[in-house]
Amino acid sequence: MAKVLVVTSGKGGVGKTTSTAALGAALAKAGQSVVLVDFDVGLRNLDLVMGAERRVVFDLINVIQGDANLAQALIKDKRVDTLSLLPASQTRDKDALTSEGVAKVIADLSKKFDWVICDSPAGIERGAQMAMHHADMAVIVTNPEVSSVRDSDRIIGMLDSTTEKAKAGEKMEKFLLITRYDPQRAARGDMLGTDDVLEILSIPLLGIIPESPDVLKASNVGAPVTIAEPESAPARAYTEAARRLMGEKVEVTIPTERKGLFDWLFKRRVA
Amino acid sequence: MSGTHSSPSRIRMSGRSFLALTLTPEAPLTDWLAALDHQIQRAAGFFTGKPVILDLSLMQASTPDLPYLLPALQERGIRVLGIEGGDKTWPAVANWEWPESPMGGRASGPVTIPENDMTPTLPPTLVVEESVRSGQHIIWPDGDVVILGAVSSGAEVTAGGSVHIYGALRGRAIAGIGGNADARIFTRSLAAELVAIDGFYATAEEMDAKCTDKPTQVLLTGETLAFKPLP
Repeated sequence: MAKVLVVTSGKGGVGKTTSTAALGAALAKAGQSVVLVDFDVGLRNLDLVMGAERRVVFDLINVIQGDANLAQALIKDKRVDTLSLLPASQTRDKDALTSEGVAKVIADLSKKFDWVICDSPAGIERGAQMAMHHADMAVIVTNPEVSSVRDSDRIIGMLDSTTEKAKAGEKMEKFLLITRYDPQRAARGDMLGTDDVLEILSIPLLGIIPESPDVLKASNVGAPVTIAEPESAPARAYTEAARRLMGEKVEVTIPTERKGLFDWLFKRRVA
Repeated sequence: MSGTHSSPSRIRMSGRSFLALTLTPEAPLTDWLAALDHQIQRAAGFFTGKPVILDLSLMQASTPDLPYLLPALQERGIRVLGIEGGDKTWPAVANWEWPESPMGGRASGPVTIPENDMTPTLPPTLVVEESVRSGQHIIWPDGDVVILGAVSSGAEVTAGGSVHIYGALRGRAIAGIGGNADARIFTRSLAAELVAIDGFYATAEEMDAKCTDKPTQVLLTGETLAFKPLP
């Protein structure tokens, strides 16, 4: 039976889609069969980040409405063959997500894959609720700043009250993924510290992803950073986070600033 | 003609039955009234809102103090819905506003007045085992609320009694709603957006800075909120 994982945050622009793609690709590279489901109906992006935008024929809404079957809608990744994508519809809106339809799609995907990773839209409305409703576990993506932390707190409250698991009286497994962590700003103290974020949200830490141009570069070429730049700092952080998701015990490292000789020379010259 | 209603609209009617209490005064009336006062004292509010039938079958036209009986009952907040027995033509009751008595009804045995209403039962305490997250609102209008976790920024806890927070208070805590000025707020770490007791509130800016992030209790002294460090 598959693990159904929702990647969510409440706030927009914190890195849900990037993290969905990077974690999914890392899990797939580790030999797991993974499907990424884009729940951002009307504002889909996961297909772009995965480089599959020119291969979309059918989407999640088509499957829900019975216009296509799953096999027709699933897009297999060309780089990692255990990785698939179920794109969202760009022309519809989130009202097209019916609870019965979503339940059936998730149940069908669970039979075929080890991991069903749902990329939640921002907000707390229907799209986000549908994405989290059937999840067994959740990754809450948070930037180290107050508005993101508060929105994540709100989402954790909803995960514990509105989901199928919560209604059955069970506890949902929740993990915190801190993204866009800037070691320089952290050192200067103009960013919320990791400890503060963990203290406020009080859920286990899955990983800390450093802010890096590699992430943006990877998105622009249509590849998850764990595939495009597997040796970069963010890719290594995502890979470690994926291993923790699989239950391995891996120590979380807080990214620190590494100054090379060139940085030092450059700084000198600027000064 | 358009727009006129040819038939009058129906009115809604339905049946409802109440248990009316029947009081049967006995002579001498001063003693009977004293006994009634004693009963009322033991069960305050027992007659509030209850329909009462006054049964004068044990009275005579010449019973002393009879003219003052009905006013005395009304003074005690007893609403006399009907009068049975006795006679409207007695001179002693000439000044009474004799209510139109409801007809029929069945006797349903003696009514015992509850005796323990005076001892107040303790309102229940609500215990929340985890943190109250942003956007969540706990309302407990009667008793105390105990939160074992934290109260997040954007969360709200409202209690009729005191609020006890074993984690940090970063959201709102409102104690003593419904007029309990003795309610207090306790927290392991004060970083609240707003605290209020019995309608008196303080925003984060107005709180005592020396208590920030410290174990604190908040209580009402007169009309101001006092912030006291907890040991």
